[in-house]
Amino acid sequence: MKARTLFAALSALATILVVAACGGSSDEKGGGSTGSASSGGGGTTLSLVAYSTPQVVYDEIIPEFQKTPEGEGVEFKTSFGASGDQSRAVEAGLKADVVSFSVEPDMTRLVDAGIVAPDWKDTPHDGLVTTSIVAFVVRPGNPKNIRTWDDLLKPGVEVLTPNPFTSGAAKWNLLAAYGQASDGGKNPEAGLAYVEELIKDHVKVQDKSGREALQTFVGGQGDVLLSYEYEAVTAQKKGEDVDYVVPDDSIRIDIDIATTVDAPEQAKTFLDYVLSPPAQELFASWGYRPVNEEVLEAHADQFPTPRGLFTIDDLGGWAKVNEELFDIESGSIAKIEEEAGVATSE
Amino acid sequence: MSAIALPRRRPAARSGALALGISTLWLSVIVLLPLAAVVVRSLDGGVGDFWDAVSSRQAVAALRFTILVSLATAAINAVTGTLLAWVLVRDRFPGKKVVNALIDLPFALPTIVAGLTLLALYGPNSPLGIDVAFTQFAVLLALLFVTQPFVVRSVQPVLIEVDREMEEAAISLGASNRTVFLRIILPNLLPAILSGAGLAFARAVGEFGSIVLISGNVPFDTQVSSVYIFKLIESDAPIGAAAVSVVLLLVSVLVLAGIRLLGRWGARHDR
Amino acid sequence: MTVSRPWQLTMRVLALAWLLALLLVPVALIFYRTFEPGIGAVWDSITTPAAISAFWLTIEVSAIAVAVNTVLGVVMALALARGRWRGKWLMDTLIDLPFAISPVVVGLSLILVYGTTGWFGRDLADAGIQVIFSTPGIVLATVFVTLPFVVREVTPVLREVGDDQEQAAATLGASGWQTFWRITLPSIRWGIAYGVVLTTARAIGEFGAVSVVSGKVSGETETLTLLVEKRFANFDLAGAYAASALLAAIALLTLLVMTTFNRRREEA
Repeated sequence: MKARTLFAALSALATILVVAACGGSSDEKGGGSTGSASSGGGGTTLSLVAYSTPQVVYDEIIPEFQKTPEGEGVEFKTSFGASGDQSRAVEAGLKADVVSFSVEPDMTRLVDAGIVAPDWKDTPHDGLVTTSIVAFVVRPGNPKNIRTWDDLLKPGVEVLTPNPFTSGAAKWNLLAAYGQASDGGKNPEAGLAYVEELIKDHVKVQDKSGREALQTFVGGQGDVLLSYEYEAVTAQKKGEDVDYVVPDDSIRIDIDIATTVDAPEQAKTFLDYVLSPPAQELFASWGYRPVNEEVLEAHADQFPTPRGLFTIDDLGGWAKVNEELFDIESGSIAKIEEEAGVATSE
Repeated sequence: MSAIALPRRRPAARSGALALGISTLWLSVIVLLPLAAVVVRSLDGGVGDFWDAVSSRQAVAALRFTILVSLATAAINAVTGTLLAWVLVRDRFPGKKVVNALIDLPFALPTIVAGLTLLALYGPNSPLGIDVAFTQFAVLLALLFVTQPFVVRSVQPVLIEVDREMEEAAISLGASNRTVFLRIILPNLLPAILSGAGLAFARAVGEFGSIVLISGNVPFDTQVSSVYIFKLIESDAPIGAAAVSVVLLLVSVLVLAGIRLLGRWGARHDR
Repeated sequence: MTVSRPWQLTMRVLALAWLLALLLVPVALIFYRTFEPGIGAVWDSITTPAAISAFWLTIEVSAIAVAVNTVLGVVMALALARGRWRGKWLMDTLIDLPFAISPVVVGLSLILVYGTTGWFGRDLADAGIQVIFSTPGIVLATVFVTLPFVVREVTPVLREVGDDQEQAAATLGASGWQTFWRITLPSIRWGIAYGVVLTTARAIGEFGAVSVVSGKVSGETETLTLLVEKRFANFDLAGAYAASALLAAIALLTLLVMTTFNRRREEA
């Protein structure tokens, strides 16, 4: 008897709950209007699939967009996650109208799959939505006075940086390290020598992602964390007790954005809005360097330009870098990691 | 009324065959099918690629560490889980119901929360002054936390149902507690203990989320196979990832089969 | 058997000490961190639209996984403990495998089979059924990872209890069905109870496999565990803990229901 009623109850429950939960997607206290999941009525629904960190910014941009005449009546479905995972998901069929990733190969993957047009870079800003730079996150007050890349190699300094193979976005950190030591890519040997010393002697923990590395750092491990400038600013804004230093030499981190080939008109409108001053202001408030020149000018003191700033193109572009440095079997950094690992275990 | 003697075996045999049929179909669709897809994927580059992926030094090192730490987890759980089940079923103390309720929580908590908590408790900022984070021991700790409930919950229902008459008979015949436990109770519990330990081992081998924050993931040191597989996926080496997964599964199959054979041998030996 | 007093106390102390270090202290810390900002903040955290969606999705998915795996778990247990056939070791192994496979690979294997470019991709697309990046995919992943529990809880109990009563019933002319309902099922109620508890806890707490197949669309395919991860990524640790506390509460409630249910049956 008891089992029968239990089974009946379970089946009834399951049947009732087969109705999809559609209570809205805003994660703000008191609700917001980031758009609900499947409300009826007219109007388009845009699917934004992006990497994880700019969620705080889009949570503000989207309601603003919906207040504009072009954005009125446009609903949004949003999905945020690790850049590589999101890109792979879209490739595997996750519906997306606007996509944004933190490394170009994640966009290239979609171009190869025919989901994003090959000319996505033909915008006034080369397909970028914001940029950032690799910075040093340090303890409040910077007790160990870490200001330059050479400071990282001082004896006893422990450096945190996520593993570049588990987090594609973490590659920027090592590219910055490599680039500054190799004089913008001109002297690969020097660059690799620096990275080797850094990883072997100063990196003891390899977190899976930037966010986890920051958590480990805040949890008391390490003296300095390599991270993006905007991660540090966002962390501070959210109450984390950290300081950050902009080194003299660093790499420009390129964040890209594009619409998909099957996206409705409004996707392009939204993209234009994201690149316009109001939205770029919102990005700036969270630490992202705007690509809109006026807004960047207005925030010049917040975003100092490092003397030795270089880009991924200076290093030969992603294809070259991925093959030579980051190929998991034959890449130079993979080899360094292997040797470092062997040394640790003996 | 149908004949009493003749159909004695038939209803049981018929429903037995039905149970077997349904089970086979179910397992084939839900388990075999996806696993087959992984195996096929791992061979997409031919046997050469498969072999290269699984014989790489990192793969082998990760596998060895994973197996060893998971075996340790299963073994420790077998002992502590049985002890816990015994105390929860046969002992009485204030707060027992609360303790019983908390046992399943490691399952219900998202692995990131487990990782965060263990890092806070046993890492650099530990209020207890214990900093074991980013060591092999930290991996064991995380695994023990998430596999807690397996053996306990496996043994509890059996212990509840165990036939006390045999125990009482043995005692009235003069057997010591020790003999009663070893000769009568333990053999009855053994299938449940092994079942739970096997599950704990399987879970430990595949565990990812709770380890990844506290282990440090250093190759050849604290990197487990699931993290290595994740690395391969994120580095656009899906065939390699599938290959290493297949090997991990094969090794798990061997160990699990070994555990069960051990149990069968032990049970036969005692009866 | 009655254990001597010193032994009983020793075991109790050992068991509790172990639990303290490995379970009670971590769980206490989680609850402490959850309620540190105050009950009001926690309530706000778990009543945002995204949290409510995530809650209902988690409940829905877990309820289906529990129902399905309970029924089929008992069937498999019967086949293993009562059946007479060769190759039981194979079924035993297959049943344990869902755990041994890393959660990320579980997700990927489902995409390989049911995804748009997968084995059944085209057929499913033609039938208009979307599995991956939709609720059915999440259900599949959850069913997969929670498959072993009920069968593993029930099989040892079935073996322990033995089939004497069942055989007696058969002799007396009871049909297979009647024997099952009246004799077998009541004897395994504690196994089922704990199996359901474990399945529920594991289903609501599943993250890795669901993360890959879900698509993480907020308000639609975001479960509570995915919400926890998202809040963590957004430096909303308090919110992450609040959602975790909700999961813990669901697990505790399940245990309460299952054990109360059983005790009442016992007293009846």
